[in-house]
Amino acid sequence: MAECHPVGFQWVMEAKARGATVIHVDPRFTRTSAVADRHVAIRAGSDIAFLGGIVNHILSTDSYFREYVVAYTNAATILRDDFVDVDDLDGVFSGYDPESGTYDTATWQYRGRTSVSAAAGEEEQIRNSGGADGDTGQGGDSQQHGHGSDQGGGRHSGGEDGSQDEASQGARGAGHELGGHGANLGHGQVDRDETLQDPHCVFQVLKRHYARYTPEMVQEVCGVPPEDFLAVCRAVVENSGRERTTAWVYSVGWTHHTVGVQYIRGAAVIQLLLGNMGRPGGGILALRGHASIQGSTDIPTLFNLLPGYLPMPMVQEHGSDSLADYVATIASPQQKGFWTAADAYTVSLLKAYWGDAAQPDNDFCYRYIPKLTGDHGTYQTVMDMLDDTVEGYFLLGQNPAVGSAHGRMQRLAMSHLKWLVVRDLNLIESATFWKDGPEIHTGELRTEDIGTEVFFLPAASHVEKDGTFTQTQRLLQWHHKAVEPPGDCRSDLHFFFHLGRMMRERLARGEDGSGPLERDRPLLDLVWDYPVDEHGEPSADAVLREINGVHLSGDKAGQPLSSYTEMKPDGSTSGGCWIYTGVYADGVNQSQRRKPGQDQSWVAPEWGWAWPSNRRTLYNRASADPQGRPWSERKAYVWWDAEKRTWTGHDVPDFPLDTAPDYRPEPGVGGPKGLAGDDPFIMQGDGKGWLYAPTGLLDGPMPTHYEPQESPVSNGLYRQQANPTRQVFPRPDNPSGPSGDEPGAQVFPYVFTTYRLTEHHTAGGMSRWLPYLSELQPAFFCEVSPALAAERGLENGGWATIVSARTAIEARVLVTERMVPLRVNGRTVHQVGLPYHWGVGSDALTTGDSANDLFGVTLDPNVHIQETKVATCDVRAGRRPTGADLLALVAEYQRRAGITLATGNQQRTPVGDQPSPLTGS
Amino acid sequence: MTLTTGGVPPVRAGVAAAVPDGAPVRTADPDDPARKSGWDGAPRRKGFFTDTSICIGCKACEVACKEWNGVPEDGLDLLGTSYDNTGGLGASTWRHVAFIEQPAAPARPAVDLGMPARHRGSAGPGADRTGDTAGASTGPAERTDFRWLMSSDVCKHCTHAACLDVCPTGSLFRTEFGTVVVQDDICNGCGYCVPACPYGVIERRVEEHGPKNVGIAQKCTLCYDRLEVGRTPACAQACPTASIQFGDVEELRERAAARLATLHDQGVAEARLYGDDPDDGVGGAGAFFLLLDEPEVYGFPPDPVVTTRDLPAMWRRAGVAAVTLLAGAAASFLGRRR
Repeated sequence: MAECHPVGFQWVMEAKARGATVIHVDPRFTRTSAVADRHVAIRAGSDIAFLGGIVNHILSTDSYFREYVVAYTNAATILRDDFVDVDDLDGVFSGYDPESGTYDTATWQYRGRTSVSAAAGEEEQIRNSGGADGDTGQGGDSQQHGHGSDQGGGRHSGGEDGSQDEASQGARGAGHELGGHGANLGHGQVDRDETLQDPHCVFQVLKRHYARYTPEMVQEVCGVPPEDFLAVCRAVVENSGRERTTAWVYSVGWTHHTVGVQYIRGAAVIQLLLGNMGRPGGGILALRGHASIQGSTDIPTLFNLLPGYLPMPMVQEHGSDSLADYVATIASPQQKGFWTAADAYTVSLLKAYWGDAAQPDNDFCYRYIPKLTGDHGTYQTVMDMLDDTVEGYFLLGQNPAVGSAHGRMQRLAMSHLKWLVVRDLNLIESATFWKDGPEIHTGELRTEDIGTEVFFLPAASHVEKDGTFTQTQRLLQWHHKAVEPPGDCRSDLHFFFHLGRMMRERLARGEDGSGPLERDRPLLDLVWDYPVDEHGEPSADAVLREINGVHLSGDKAGQPLSSYTEMKPDGSTSGGCWIYTGVYADGVNQSQRRKPGQDQSWVAPEWGWAWPSNRRTLYNRASADPQGRPWSERKAYVWWDAEKRTWTGHDVPDFPLDTAPDYRPEPGVGGPKGLAGDDPFIMQGDGKGWLYAPTGLLDGPMPTHYEPQESPVSNGLYRQQANPTRQVFPRPDNPSGPSGDEPGAQVFPYVFTTYRLTEHHTAGGMSRWLPYLSELQPAFFCEVSPALAAERGLENGGWATIVSARTAIEARVLVTERMVPLRVNGRTVHQVGLPYHWGVGSDALTTGDSANDLFGVTLDPNVHIQETKVATCDVRAGRRPTGADLLALVAEYQRRAGITLATGNQQRTPVGDQPSPLTGS
Repeated sequence: MTLTTGGVPPVRAGVAAAVPDGAPVRTADPDDPARKSGWDGAPRRKGFFTDTSICIGCKACEVACKEWNGVPEDGLDLLGTSYDNTGGLGASTWRHVAFIEQPAAPARPAVDLGMPARHRGSAGPGADRTGDTAGASTGPAERTDFRWLMSSDVCKHCTHAACLDVCPTGSLFRTEFGTVVVQDDICNGCGYCVPACPYGVIERRVEEHGPKNVGIAQKCTLCYDRLEVGRTPACAQACPTASIQFGDVEELRERAAARLATLHDQGVAEARLYGDDPDDGVGGAGAFFLLLDEPEVYGFPPDPVVTTRDLPAMWRRAGVAAVTLLAGAAASFLGRRR
């Protein structure tokens, strides 16, 4: 965090000064470790074993917060008795289909239910997807790696029937939809055993599942000595309970994995067991890779979402293609919560898009919305470019030639395009690959053969334009333009407004002035009337007002909405993103508020504006006990005022205000009144925090350890080596190396991991062109331990060549004791650290090989995120060969490792290949 | 000594506005360097307290300094010294963050400083060495884990500043804030100040760093221009963890002593202050530090002494020698007459 979020880290330092214990778990010793109370070196890709070990510690020592767990989680809920855990199926849960590599989740359900269907969740669930809660968020860094489509949270699927259509969910990355609110459970009528003794209750299933995650197992898998591990367990347990809370902070070290969503779930299980959710100082905090990654999922740059986590409709799912059908897939009138008003949110969005053209008799122009036909995530799109089915590409502040996995595939794909628009501050490598990319040097591409027309349009930086950032706490903060953008630089708002204006003008004329075509009505009917200033810059303030929404008719016509509860399905309101409604309440840009902390309460509600409803901590009903009293004075946050019969407190209560703690809904009651008075997790269909996810996830109801796509060790728990549902792409241009005990695995004996340095930003577009930053980290380097340096003859300051199954890159060498060899499964595992800021080009002040070129493309099934935090490699002293010799070197490695299309790409690990090394040990 | 107050307004207009209560707080200390340099009614002496125990090595100070002061980039070289690619202070580096990787070492005996530290009661270094710090993993006697120390270095703005003493042009002068600043339009590039500095801070800019001020001696000004309008120096403003603290030296010394006491209470026995002592060889630095190891570890001289300290004595001796010589010569003539 000190490395990549030094400004936010000031608060960690302040907490430390006030007595907080800071523990840093990371493969390398970073600037965070330097000031932490304890650094725990861990093998990259083994975190679920570590987290599972903590779960086991909590359960086996009875250290959980029993009152909280019984009342607020699904620990007491009884599961179907035909659910079979991984230990009995050699590494897969029941319902696995080895043919498709997917699960039928029917056996994962609660007893008495064959399936569960779309969410209960209400606004609450949705907003939750935002990121401050348990299972959300990798957003951050998909953009860091430049994957427009993957930035959604690691939230679980908003799927329909749990057993229904996993393949379809996977195709559209359903993990993002509806904020991944999980599943509706009708009215929360589940079988419970509050003694937690029933062998099929979640608590007992969880206990059995994690029983194998002992400190010894953690040592074998993660390389963490038991004394270090137990010290962490004790610190976390001792700092949780009525009087104290513990927070977990993560970023893409957890998300960029083929099992990344389950990493976050692992932390969620711990936090629920210890009672650290919905309480001040608790939670799981996703650190984002950019200032407004949260905003880019709220008002999404994702292919499968509409604003406010409304799902993007799919062609084959809505045969009649009507608004009513679409809304019906989001929510049923019987379910709990605010999603029952999904029609109002959707119609208001359509009115914001198409204004007067959107009328009840034309379904408010619903048919104008493009419909999905399948996976259009970043990596699928890149492969589609290679197949020449994608002709054009916009890159907006994104540098896939450097920042995305498998840089070679990215660059080759762009060479297939007809046109490419790059809007960036500098001439990034993605704009110049056609003349100076690595493939030009190897001879794989020749400039004269590339037909891609590249348009470079210089962009304005954030200080050169107005707008908001939405950060990880869902806080919108306005930034004012400080200076005019220089020269031809323009804001993205300017670019898109005028692009739209010119396209509309041309389409209105039609070809040869013959007038507009019917097919162009969606563009021509758009409301496109933002006021512009003397430079032609549209008003960002007007855009925010449109997002907030306004009354279109009645007494308040023209006035901004103050809450999404004012939205109507009859076309009398508009609003571009329902969860943001209120940011312009009372006609005031609430995101501009900057009241200093000392002038208001410690929750600081008057700094910026948080969605939804300016609420700062989600699920805060859980900060009070089942009777509505604070768990302790020290941790009082929101509580029930029995006299006034309302919830109140320091923050905006995250609960229906008049629902008393002892309220129990009648069977059949839907909407907000369907929530019982002790159902704080109003995002979930049963109102409880999910220690076990009966639906919503495509790869298992509980996190279980799998090795990465490439790993030098075999899975110590069972035969199944890697996530059996990971998305693999067995293509000749996407080879994977052998793992574990497979023949040839010793050719790539080392683990490498990638990361950012404080001095640079992501793929370097904002830093490698700046002298004051470039001089601070002027060259691409690898970090190795003295032991590995000795093993491979590497010299500090010299050169090393790092070879993966895809390519070989060269880097300067930093030999440092900050890299520690780990003892894993009886052998030494060396880890190599690679910052990924550099790329091959000719325009930046500092250039170098790109660490991301080493990766292939293998994805998490839930959110299509790529595994770019761990893979295997070899390291050689000296510089790499150039030209065709480089290709020959890589081919030689592939031959020695015996790599075929099948290598690493069999989702279910074949029998016999991988003896479970810990069995019987 | 290079700038006297004849006709110069003692406090510039902007300073008054900087003080919250509206009235400029002026120093009452007769030993205040600004006052001794002839500033009447000078504001309180300003300086830095750099608490390296909370430095996260982000280098925001280096960047903010260069941005504000227009200091050029000075080399895109990977130095191979941990994350430090700056190297050290110089004409084009006015803030420098050192990164020191300390291997896991077996228990080391507590080493006494070679520097003249003023022991302020229990806050003095080593005061807790004999105390019960069992369980503390960070004390030198107990520490066996790996450490990565970071520290942002800067001009010390000495109370007795040799650079200023030797400057023949008056380019280097003592400001009303008690800081030492080069006037680059007066400096003639003679370079006398360079060897005079006991810390190796000041340096003449070389041509490779760009066309600005080539040959001119350059160093931190404690953002004199920002101070004049009541602003915090750029580096302290940018520091996210308040490792670099700016303020009145007197107050900063109290803050540093309190922080040291806290760390000692927490068992960080090796914490010590560096440069805060008015009785040290430079009369106390305007920019001083809290360190977690001996000064040499961070590249600081353990016992800095103003290089002009002995000048008066040397001149006295030279004078005595000259008088003696003259007397001897005269005596010999007189003697000859006899």
